Amino acid sequence: MNPTLHSILAFVEAWWVELLCAVLIVLVVPLIAGYIVLVERKVMADMQARLGPMRVGPHGLLQPIADALKLLIKEDLIPDNADQFIFWLAPVLSMTAALTSMGAIAFGPWFQVARDINIGLLFVVGVSALGPFGIVLGGWASNNHYSIIGALRSTAQLISYETTAGFALVSGFLLAGTLNVRAIVETQRADQAWYVFLTPVGFFTYLIASIAETNRAPFDLPEAESELVAGYMTEYSGFRWSLYFLAEYANMIVVASVGTTLFLGGWLRPFPNVHWLGWLDAVPAVLLAVVGAYCVLRAGKQPARVQSLFLWAVALACFVVALIFAFAAPFAHLPLQFMHDGLYGAFWFLLKVSAYIYLFMWLRFTLPRFRFDQLMRLGWHILIPLALINVVDVGIALALSSEFGWNRWLAMVVTTVATLGAAMLLLHWNDKYSAAASAALPAESSIAEDSHAG
Amino acid sequence: MGPGKSRYRERPVGVKILADTVHENAALKTGTLFGADELVINMGPQHPSTHGVLRVKLKLDGERVVGSECVIGYLHRGVEKIAENRTYQQFAPYVDRMDYVAAVSNGLGYCEAVEKLLVVEAPPRARVIRTILTELQRIASHLLWLGTHALDIGALTPLFYCMREREEILKIFEKYCGARLTTHAFRIGGLQYEAYDNLEKDVERFCKDFEGRIQEYSDLLTGNSIWIGRTRNVGLLNSADCIALGASGPVLRASGVKWDLRKAMPYAAYDQYKFEIPVGTRGDTYDRYMVRIEEMRQSRLICLQAIENIPAGPIMARVGKVLKPPVGEVYHAIESPKGILGYYILSDGSTQPYRIRIRPPSFINLQALDKMIRGHLVTDVVAIIGTLDIVLGEVDR
Repeated sequence: MNPTLHSILAFVEAWWVELLCAVLIVLVVPLIAGYIVLVERKVMADMQARLGPMRVGPHGLLQPIADALKLLIKEDLIPDNADQFIFWLAPVLSMTAALTSMGAIAFGPWFQVARDINIGLLFVVGVSALGPFGIVLGGWASNNHYSIIGALRSTAQLISYETTAGFALVSGFLLAGTLNVRAIVETQRADQAWYVFLTPVGFFTYLIASIAETNRAPFDLPEAESELVAGYMTEYSGFRWSLYFLAEYANMIVVASVGTTLFLGGWLRPFPNVHWLGWLDAVPAVLLAVVGAYCVLRAGKQPARVQSLFLWAVALACFVVALIFAFAAPFAHLPLQFMHDGLYGAFWFLLKVSAYIYLFMWLRFTLPRFRFDQLMRLGWHILIPLALINVVDVGIALALSSEFGWNRWLAMVVTTVATLGAAMLLLHWNDKYSAAASAALPAESSIAEDSHAG
Repeated sequence: MGPGKSRYRERPVGVKILADTVHENAALKTGTLFGADELVINMGPQHPSTHGVLRVKLKLDGERVVGSECVIGYLHRGVEKIAENRTYQQFAPYVDRMDYVAAVSNGLGYCEAVEKLLVVEAPPRARVIRTILTELQRIASHLLWLGTHALDIGALTPLFYCMREREEILKIFEKYCGARLTTHAFRIGGLQYEAYDNLEKDVERFCKDFEGRIQEYSDLLTGNSIWIGRTRNVGLLNSADCIALGASGPVLRASGVKWDLRKAMPYAAYDQYKFEIPVGTRGDTYDRYMVRIEEMRQSRLICLQAIENIPAGPIMARVGKVLKPPVGEVYHAIESPKGILGYYILSDGSTQPYRIRIRPPSFINLQALDKMIRGHLVTDVVAIIGTLDIVLGEVDR
């Protein structure tokens, strides 16, 4: 046999699960991102007393596909004065970083590309930190004032909030004692507590930082539509634009997954050790059966044949997975159990990720946007000190429980209260600072009368 | 593909356009892309938040504004010149197209100005109905302002709530005169249409709902610390500056000057109703927001008072089919949602005005922009353009 072919076959044989996962990520994540956009539009519409997309497919379910098709066949436009190569490279870089960082995330106990790498979450954070390069380069290469301002804002924002997110993650790592994704989740099972309960401050600083990292409202300054047109994306259109767009949503999935893994117990069912909550085990099967039944119910009422076929397909998928959930347990010796565990974990993991992303959306439609100086002040004056103090306090709590035999929960409560006290102090100082800053404002604005700009 | 080798638009080889020269010189001088410490940004006329075709050239130091220049005229239609070639009645629909989000107010000002010139007065019934519709229009205009202003500052949702309320008002207009936006609701001498049967009920129902709805917007924004952070001390304008610039309306009142033509020189039927004039203290964007919110509440009260007692009687004064005002001039101003809207009409005794000059509040308030944005960040510029509540149709006419 041809040795090259042989070695390729040997490689595939050894790594087929990982390869399958990787291909699935590349194929499925853009689709999921498209559907997150649809969900976002629906959630937005719901909050704004309207319907959202309703035309393409039942309840607009085919809208993402139509949008993707439209974006793909759009004219490929590069501005004359843009730096052509970097203009081409930037969105690819963003998208690559977002997809690569998904490699180390475990979506459930079985679905993970890079299994058992000991740097786990560090890899995710490190690779996703490459994404901003795409934004900065894209803003630079566009040769447009709005783009460059957006790119600069993005740089400053990312540096500030990566720091916060990093410190928040450190508090979780301290508790877990490992960076390995699986080990983190298993430790939470062993500890019988999600780390959000042990270090709530760590979780909430991470939550805020992750919103800022993904450039989502109220921190969406790099692409602040009302100020910078579209920020770094101003000159982008068609498929390149959609790459940026996908990267943003893929990043949302990444930060939500990291938060879920470290603070929300990964793929563990809520309260796995509480006996009377055992009925939660049945939730995935029942939920999917209900969704499937609804699809069957609606399938006959669709105006077009393709729409009802689509609903039948969704219903079938729901029923198959529900059946696996419901009846796999007795057949433990079959590969069915393997699928059951994987799907069961993935269900809870994705549910938590969805809740996390829903929170993103909710905040986006509720809050106005920060101004840049306010954003920086929030980052450097409040969040970074708070995250640092939290790391120290988590360390103290761990020392108290291991060296001095304190009850772990007691130690955590005491240190969390200490952290919150520090937070109040920080807020107080910040108020004083901003009062002083606004008092100084009239003097600041009396810049010498200047002739017309431009 | 290198620069200049675009496959879409070939530029003749060897021909340098001005931009190239400037670019090269700047790059030669400093070796940087932008060529100077300062960045000039051209905001508009196609920009998501300049509320139409306003163009602002901003000179920036980093993100701080060090100078600005407004360029207007993209929506200039020569309304004042058109007036000279139309009869008095023919010109009335044109004024609706100036401040197109408050067409009823524009119409009221024009009709009353011509009535003053003709020395006729609209009958009491017409005046009350005019007041009701004008106050509804004020609410509608402020709602549109609130929604877009919040959108500029990044709050997406209030826009849709505001549009929902505005829709109710537009429905009332539609029922009354068949048009929603450019209504041409009033005629010189009174009204063309009698109030439809359920006008009072519709207005009452709207006012009842509106009470709670406006509370909803307040809940979303008034106490929101991001909103306060974005609007407090932003775009400060003190009362002396306001008066010197001729600013009027909520912009003036937010600076603490209690000047409202509805009280100062009552027109229509405003002297019959009790209402407050909200004023601010600091003259910042937050104060202007609060003043407009409170104005909507007051307008609602005026509507409620007015529908209680709409006098019976004719709706049209005795004016001829052909209007030939005596030779002379007249100035009449009303308090439109944006500020003082004045009409100066010069008559030569013919059926057409010799000259009409309109004092548009948006145009004059816009003058304050440069003063307000200096020293602020680009982000604040959109907030300040929003807080001035300009409509480019009125600025450019």
